[in-house]
Amino acid sequence: MTAATVAARLPHEHPMRRVLAFVRHNLLTAYAALALAYLFLPIAVVILFSFNNPAGRFNFTWEGFTLKNWADPFGVPGMQGAILVSLEIAALSCIFATALGTLIALALVRYQFRGRGVVNTLIFLPMTTPEIVLGSSLLTLFLNRNIATGFGTILIAHIMFNISYVVVTVKARLVGFDRHLEEAAMDLGANEWTTFQKVTLPLIAPGILAAGLLAFALSIDDFVITYFNAGATVTFPLFVWGAARVAVPPQINVIGTLIFVIAVGGMIVNIVFQNRRAKAAARALPAEA
Amino acid sequence: VGALLHRRRWLTPYFLLAPGLAWLAVFFVVPMYYLANTSLQTGSLEVGYTFSWAWHNYTDAITTYHTQFVRSLEYAGIATVIALLVSYPLAYWIAFRGGRWKNLFLLLVIAPFFVTYLIRTLAWETILSDGGFVASALHHIHVLDSNGRLLATSTAVIAGITYNFLPFMVLPLYVSLEQVDERLLDAAHDLYASRIWSFLRVTLPLSLPGVFAGTLLTFIPAAGDFINAQLLGTPSQYMIGNVIQSKFLAITDYPQAAALSFVLMAAILAAVLVYARLLGTERLTG
Repeated sequence: MTAATVAARLPHEHPMRRVLAFVRHNLLTAYAALALAYLFLPIAVVILFSFNNPAGRFNFTWEGFTLKNWADPFGVPGMQGAILVSLEIAALSCIFATALGTLIALALVRYQFRGRGVVNTLIFLPMTTPEIVLGSSLLTLFLNRNIATGFGTILIAHIMFNISYVVVTVKARLVGFDRHLEEAAMDLGANEWTTFQKVTLPLIAPGILAAGLLAFALSIDDFVITYFNAGATVTFPLFVWGAARVAVPPQINVIGTLIFVIAVGGMIVNIVFQNRRAKAAARALPAEA
Repeated sequence: VGALLHRRRWLTPYFLLAPGLAWLAVFFVVPMYYLANTSLQTGSLEVGYTFSWAWHNYTDAITTYHTQFVRSLEYAGIATVIALLVSYPLAYWIAFRGGRWKNLFLLLVIAPFFVTYLIRTLAWETILSDGGFVASALHHIHVLDSNGRLLATSTAVIAGITYNFLPFMVLPLYVSLEQVDERLLDAAHDLYASRIWSFLRVTLPLSLPGVFAGTLLTFIPAAGDFINAQLLGTPSQYMIGNVIQSKFLAITDYPQAAALSFVLMAAILAAVLVYARLLGTERLTG
């Protein structure tokens, strides 16, 4: 504001314009920095309070620094089991959804067929339906067919909501991909299966990997759909939900911090891996040509 | 199978589609039928529920819970607008000023959301709590009177919703802004457009698909949310999601809970259609 009024009084010269541009440039940067700080504020609180030594049952006010939560991260009854259930469901749903979704993505991008519109709609709809509707409609299916809810129904639900995200992620990778490479392989005598194995699969592997990681992350974080279809089974988010009503042990923050560190580490490895591949490809191409 | 596939190549895509689509048909489409069916049943948990075209479930649901419905749409709407105001400059900055660190900044934007949703919301409970530093600071500058609270207000619930769905806003905005051809901006500059004018006439219209996708992806989960209202609010901030989950899982009044779910879906669909019409571009959806 003040910079703008000062600038308005100055004669129209180049230095003034540079100052204005500088201010505008940095205003946006400052805004972006503030937005990032806002994004990280709760995470900082989660990490900080994992070192808290709470006096009562709740971990909401700072009482003093301690390492005992980190020394004994699973020292809360029921939490370790809940984490294991979450990991099992995430791994299984990630494998199934990635397989099913990748096949759909391949069909959508590489083949012409009737009914494409219907398929696209069926992929799109679950992503635009509120989770509470997805969760409650599945529950009505299980209730009406007398299917007991538990581990199996959670897994069914997670595979269902993950398929669409896998399709979208793998498709994004397939669209930018050069069909000529496959044609070249076929011209050189490779059959369809060999071409798929040797050319298509390595090219789309990073897309499949990204989709798998996304599915894993979505599954491990899901609360609403799981809550409706869990029966007596307790996943980690359900455990946190139960704790939020009775007592919030600081170990929850320890696990939150660990998940954060592992996920961010995994993503950094993924970025580095992709950059290396890109560099290797850039180096290999001129040599072959 | 290989020989069959070779002879009938037109069948290949259907073989690829079949398992995944079957899963979606059985566990997404069929449940919608059962949800509709349940919403027209009558009975009780003890004697069982039977289908009886009970349309009164819908009229009862709307007359009893219209406050929560309106509140859900209101909170979701406000949160979506705030999320857009926070995210657009951030996405713009990453897309145009991020340089070769774009991916890193994008990672920074997504990273906080790897901490479990419920733990993030509990962290907001800590931040907004009565003795917390935000409340103390606001007391100090007299924005909040001495016994005023932050937690357990609609402000807290809206703040939580805004934060929790932010990546759904930032990512589509970033994708559409990243695709803006900078040569178009150069052209606008060459034709003596000021920076603000070229933003309004070039960048903003080109980013509208991202705005459309981002606001929808934020509004839809926000309108169905019940976690923020439960953890950061009180029953007088409860949204329709709170009613649906307690009807299904605590009170076990399945027909009315199903009717409420259906009305929520219909309300969101209607809001989306009105919005698409207002924005006036059907190509945006594709």
